Amino acid sequence: MSTVTPEEYERIKRALKREPTETELGIFSVMWSEHCSYKSSRIHLRKLPTKGPRVLQGPGENAGAVDIGGGLAAVFKIESHNHPSFIEPYQGAATGVGGIIRDIFTMGARPIALLNALRFGPLDGEYGGRTRRIMEGVVSGIAGYGNSIGIATIGGEIVFEDSYVHNPLVNVLCLGIVSADAIVKGNASGAGNPVYYVGAKTGRDGIHGATMASAEFDDRALEKRPAVQVGDPFMEKLLLEACLELMATDALIGVQDMGAAGLTCSTCEMGSRGGAGVEIDVMHVPQRETGMTPYEIMLSESQERMLLVVKKGREAEVEKIFEKWDLHAAHIGEVTSDGYMRVKDHGTVVAEIPNTALVDEAPVYDRPTAKPAYLDEVGKLDLSSLKPVAAQDALLRLLASPTIASKRWAYRQYDTMVRTNTIAAAGMTAGVVRVKGTNRALAISTDGNGRYCYLNPRRGAMLAVAEAARNVACAGATPIGATNCLNFGNPERPEIMWQLVEAIEGIAEACRALEIPITGGNVSLYNETDGQAIYPTPIIGVVGVMEDASRVLTRAFQASGHAIVLLGDDRGELGGSEYLKVVHGLVRGEAPAFDATREAALIRVVTEAASAGLLRSAHDCSDGGLAVTLAESCFNAGGIGGTVALASDLELFSESASRILASVDASKEQDLLRRAAAAGVPARRIGTTGGSRIEIFVKAQKVVDVAVAEAENLWVTALEKHFKRAVA
Amino acid sequence: MKFGVVVFPGSNCDHDAYHAAHDVLGQPAEFLWHKETTLKGADVIVLPGGFAHGDYLRTGAIARFSPIMPAILEFAQSGGPVLGICNGFQVLLESGLLPGAMLRNRDLKFHCEHVYVRVEQTDTPFTAIAQKGQLLRVPIAHGEGNYYAEPQVIRELEAERRVIFRYTDARGEVTAAANPNGAANNIAGICNALRNVVGLMPHPERACEPALGSADGLVLFQSVLQSLAVSGKA
Repeated sequence: MSTVTPEEYERIKRALKREPTETELGIFSVMWSEHCSYKSSRIHLRKLPTKGPRVLQGPGENAGAVDIGGGLAAVFKIESHNHPSFIEPYQGAATGVGGIIRDIFTMGARPIALLNALRFGPLDGEYGGRTRRIMEGVVSGIAGYGNSIGIATIGGEIVFEDSYVHNPLVNVLCLGIVSADAIVKGNASGAGNPVYYVGAKTGRDGIHGATMASAEFDDRALEKRPAVQVGDPFMEKLLLEACLELMATDALIGVQDMGAAGLTCSTCEMGSRGGAGVEIDVMHVPQRETGMTPYEIMLSESQERMLLVVKKGREAEVEKIFEKWDLHAAHIGEVTSDGYMRVKDHGTVVAEIPNTALVDEAPVYDRPTAKPAYLDEVGKLDLSSLKPVAAQDALLRLLASPTIASKRWAYRQYDTMVRTNTIAAAGMTAGVVRVKGTNRALAISTDGNGRYCYLNPRRGAMLAVAEAARNVACAGATPIGATNCLNFGNPERPEIMWQLVEAIEGIAEACRALEIPITGGNVSLYNETDGQAIYPTPIIGVVGVMEDASRVLTRAFQASGHAIVLLGDDRGELGGSEYLKVVHGLVRGEAPAFDATREAALIRVVTEAASAGLLRSAHDCSDGGLAVTLAESCFNAGGIGGTVALASDLELFSESASRILASVDASKEQDLLRRAAAAGVPARRIGTTGGSRIEIFVKAQKVVDVAVAEAENLWVTALEKHFKRAVA
Repeated sequence: MKFGVVVFPGSNCDHDAYHAAHDVLGQPAEFLWHKETTLKGADVIVLPGGFAHGDYLRTGAIARFSPIMPAILEFAQSGGPVLGICNGFQVLLESGLLPGAMLRNRDLKFHCEHVYVRVEQTDTPFTAIAQKGQLLRVPIAHGEGNYYAEPQVIRELEAERRVIFRYTDARGEVTAAANPNGAANNIAGICNALRNVVGLMPHPERACEPALGSADGLVLFQSVLQSLAVSGKA
């Protein structure tokens, strides 16, 4: 199996000045796969802002890092495991979690939080049964790995759309903490230094996984099951502890996990980054099966394996640490000074490739783009053609729709609090973890609305950045860094390529305007089946920091008699809304307008008000509009009701961006409004908390009047009902 | 008053127990690697939560063979206070320090959420300063917490007042709906005949600070400090 094109083959011959061996061809084929080389996206990814005063490590290493003050850094990255999760949901998701955790601890950081952004097809209908099985497998795979290794899963989101029915998305993000001066790099340097292999033995699993992730699915997708690996969280827990223990010494030079493209990728990338060469002999690689060829060993994607370069003379010390954890550290080779990746098999050279050829001379494509024809049609939206629906019915339908409904069914399967850092309950806000030994907390959110991006990829991508940043701000934290996972269809189709370029440029523009640098991420292309692509789905993870962890806010109203204040203003935008889709079955119109200056001002007002202790709750106004946002602010296992008055019924479900619903003590209302006015953020009091009902008036007419308990019950149980039915 | 927190490969709440003892209560604490053979002068032993040895054979099944276990058995037999939390409870069951076994949760799913447990007895070192009938809001996080023992064993445990914690609803009522995993008689925690070894599935160490949503679990740690002080053992 090789995906090297005839042109790429010629390129290999030029780089080697000869024909490649079979092993070499395999190595080139995975290293130049879309998954490893980013050949379709690379020239566009350069447009992303990656620098800033807090950035300690941008893209190019195992993960990015930002300064969070007090001499500490947050290390984080998001990655996709879409293709494997469709083929084998439990293991696909589990190994996705395992892979991203390795990326974090190879940087020297102690991983403390996981998030996951999931996208599935509808839970009912023709493929509902299969989708439920996939979702159950994915959720238990995430739980099985994260719970066992002992890293809290603190947030994320789950969205259901037709377009993901044959291509579910599983994006996982991990966050870790490290002393800013102790960040470890994936470098191999110093000729003669030993190269160690640690962790699980190499088997034939996952061979060409990276190549699989770089191809479309067709009706033979399930035949690719052998390309999915099996995760062992216990092994990874041992690796994690042993590596952190080793990193506390100064015996280590560099480390990289063997993820996509396994030993091949780690060997040549470490050499390339360190400006050195790496020479290994596969006979020393611990093997799980007999008779494995060098080709198989180099391309295996068996999980839970690490490649380390340590200082010569410190071998005994290093081996002792791994022995303590019952891990075998195999000395498989040395760093060289010639810049070659040299692979031997019992002393015979089977591959000899200049690192530069593999990494720097990898093909880069400027693929043609073309604006998709569908855009003109789906952009049209005639609101007057919609049949009228009672506001309360619409609200209840929205609350029970899987995308908006509580995700309790999923997150109660996740250990959300192990290591006692989680200071906001699951589902109440962005994920928030305290940083022990300081007063600080970190908030983190992943967001990305594929429907908006389908209607307008550039704006949808900007809105994804904005929503993630806003969610972090609603917890009270200042956004300081971002990571992105770009999930798209086949880039060889100009329409898909156009979506990708538009989205990247949108992310770049929003990140620049909100001063949130991108420190790393991942691109997942070929998310399509039989020519049907997913909605373009950039997922953005934003990390924010707050100086005083005791100021963390949740979405829930805290007491009766507080003023309900809407920050930001509504423009009556229903295009691409959850309301249009759920209530009217339409995906059309224009995505909500976005003004980065307004967003930046809003985020500033909210974070400053939060740190001044002014706010009692804050909730991002997004999917489902203001009506849903109000209802969710009331939900807290039988929470406090609220009454609001709106000027127009469009305002109920419109999804205009840059809005936050906050509650404040009545005595602080004027203070908040003054701060908003000074920052140029429209703000007005729209109601009062209290009672046990959700009441909404439009032009003095009561259009919603429902008990909080009734609405909350609907919202909390909607998702699990799908699964109970599946069992029955 | 020195806490010894045992670390098996795969333990993952070891730092949580250490943090509660050392940082919240301000007591000396030390990790005890499972390959050690002494308890390094610890006055109280905590077997923490996690997935010792990956829980691959059966929860706690391999951990009982760890080199440190003979020292723990000896410590327990001489009356030293031992607390097994979650996976630590499972290790105590496997090692025979406590009777019974764990089945998978009734719905076969892992559950992580806050629950209520009622303190049933206060004559153990870990409940000494609690009130009988006191409700604690503490988290659970397990996939196998469905406590099972032969009916005769359950009868003995009840007769000997060795059920120490029971799952209840928010009003302290023992109901089927308040039982998160299907455990016999809503049992969340038990003790041995000597009453110095206590195992429970909920995580009191995750409920020692208001910032984490509850400080109800602190009473277990304060109790052991108090009872050791009274007995003059430390």
